[in-house]
Amino acid sequence: MYDFLVDLIGNEIIAAFISAALPVVFIVPFVIFGVLMERKVAGHMQDRLGPMRVGYHGILQTVADFFKLLQKEDIVADGIDKKFFNFAPYLVFAGSYAVYAALPFSSKYIGADIDLGIFYIIAVSGLVVAGILMAGWTSNNKYSLYGALRSAAQIVSYEIPTALIILSMVMLTGTLSLAEMSEMQTAYFWNWNIFGGAEWSFTKLLLIPFMFAGFLLFYISSLAEVNRTPFDMPEAESELVGGYHTEYSGIKFSMFFLAEYANMFAVSALVSVLFFGGYHSPIGYVGNTLGLEALIPFEQVFWFAAKGIFFVFVQMWLRWTLPRVRVDQLMTICWKYLIPYAFLNLLIIGIITLI
Amino acid sequence: MKQYLKNTWEGIWTVLIGMKITFKHLFVPAVTIQYPDVKVPLPERVRNRLYVNMDDCIGCDQCARACPVSCIEIETVKSLPTEDLGKTSNGKKKALWVTKFNIDFAKCCYCQLCVFPCPTECIYMTDIYEFSEFKREGLLYNFSTLTHEEVLEKKANFEKFQAEKEAQKAAEAKAKAEVAAKTKESENKSDTGSNKSENG
Repeated sequence: MYDFLVDLIGNEIIAAFISAALPVVFIVPFVIFGVLMERKVAGHMQDRLGPMRVGYHGILQTVADFFKLLQKEDIVADGIDKKFFNFAPYLVFAGSYAVYAALPFSSKYIGADIDLGIFYIIAVSGLVVAGILMAGWTSNNKYSLYGALRSAAQIVSYEIPTALIILSMVMLTGTLSLAEMSEMQTAYFWNWNIFGGAEWSFTKLLLIPFMFAGFLLFYISSLAEVNRTPFDMPEAESELVGGYHTEYSGIKFSMFFLAEYANMFAVSALVSVLFFGGYHSPIGYVGNTLGLEALIPFEQVFWFAAKGIFFVFVQMWLRWTLPRVRVDQLMTICWKYLIPYAFLNLLIIGIITLI
Repeated sequence: MKQYLKNTWEGIWTVLIGMKITFKHLFVPAVTIQYPDVKVPLPERVRNRLYVNMDDCIGCDQCARACPVSCIEIETVKSLPTEDLGKTSNGKKKALWVTKFNIDFAKCCYCQLCVFPCPTECIYMTDIYEFSEFKREGLLYNFSTLTHEEVLEKKANFEKFQAEKEAQKAAEAKAKAEVAAKTKESENKSDTGSNKSENG
């Protein structure tokens, strides 16, 4: 994409800017869609209807909410460290936006095709913690501080199982680049990593249960990393008001919201790249059968978005199924269950890949 | 160790059960009623805002007396004998101008006690229950069909009539008194005469 833009415009800087801005074109509509989907899923799971007033069945509700948020007063209370308070939401958003740089949307578009893709993602998603801590600390509000500290504790501990599962996947595929990892799980769904990868041998069968276990572990810990229920301790509406964004209003609050939903899609996309073939179609391409090569990248974007949105849906599904865990339960799940299993999984997958 | 594995298994399995239930509910038709567009049918003897059909009201004040919170205010003016106010739907003759019939729904307790004493069944409960107001004065409903000028006119008419009547009465009384005085005089005269004649 970047090379194509350089050819088209002839200026590397402008091409780089356009290439870097493309995820925004995806994130903003996704957030508008995602918030509506959240409310609709929540409603229907509780036998309600969700928003119904704005547009047909409330499809424009989020747009209306967005304009409302823009109009709201931007309150900055006294006794707040204003510099960092104003900076924190943008840092959080920057952290979740930076993740999109290494996500392969299709074989033709990836923000930055770096060899250390997944390593970069793990590193840069830590920026979100810094932003959240900054927001909670500078708010000068005990609930905000509680939320921020919980969030920090949670994200830091859940990064360990995430990193271990990613490590096992890296051992299996032998690459850190997400584009390459997606490319290896090409064509049909039985070549996905969750079904043991594209290589046909008896190890493929051996790998399947451990891949499923790895997927479960990764999905659970990714839930905790994006602060979703049942691990939404940092926000915990019922106990901490709103957690680290209690003191925020208007456009800054919406930046947190944007970052949260962008993060949700980012981890879902990561799950789909690691286990479910990334941007590859599970059933072959229409472009191949029609002989239209140009259609394939667009199909790939569709499949990438569809898989991502499916896992976002599962996150919502879990949110409206499970109650919030306690802090001690949160730590028990991480340190006593997820991490030992992740280590075991890493060991077994390592042995299998050696065979 | 066994407990540990069991915990793991239970953790996964119970979450899956929960997810199955919520997924089923995703397709259960919603129980929501889209309120301002769709309304729940009201029960048969529901008590809501009162309505007074002034065509039938005879101004008997029975509803106001039945009201436990005194939210009904009625003022009436007698009609002139020459005026015809018509009849109510159940054949009672109307004799009073109802110059004021206010119900304050901010006070009303919706007990329906005013409905039963009404001889013409002109005060009754409607099915309107959405009548909130921004100001309390908005809840003061005026049912009287007469305008302010008309009310003043009726009052003036009645006072005039009353005054005339009074004057007439006074005149009559005066005349009567005169007549009585005259008769008394004559009686006295005749009395003495008769006495005399009787005695004579």
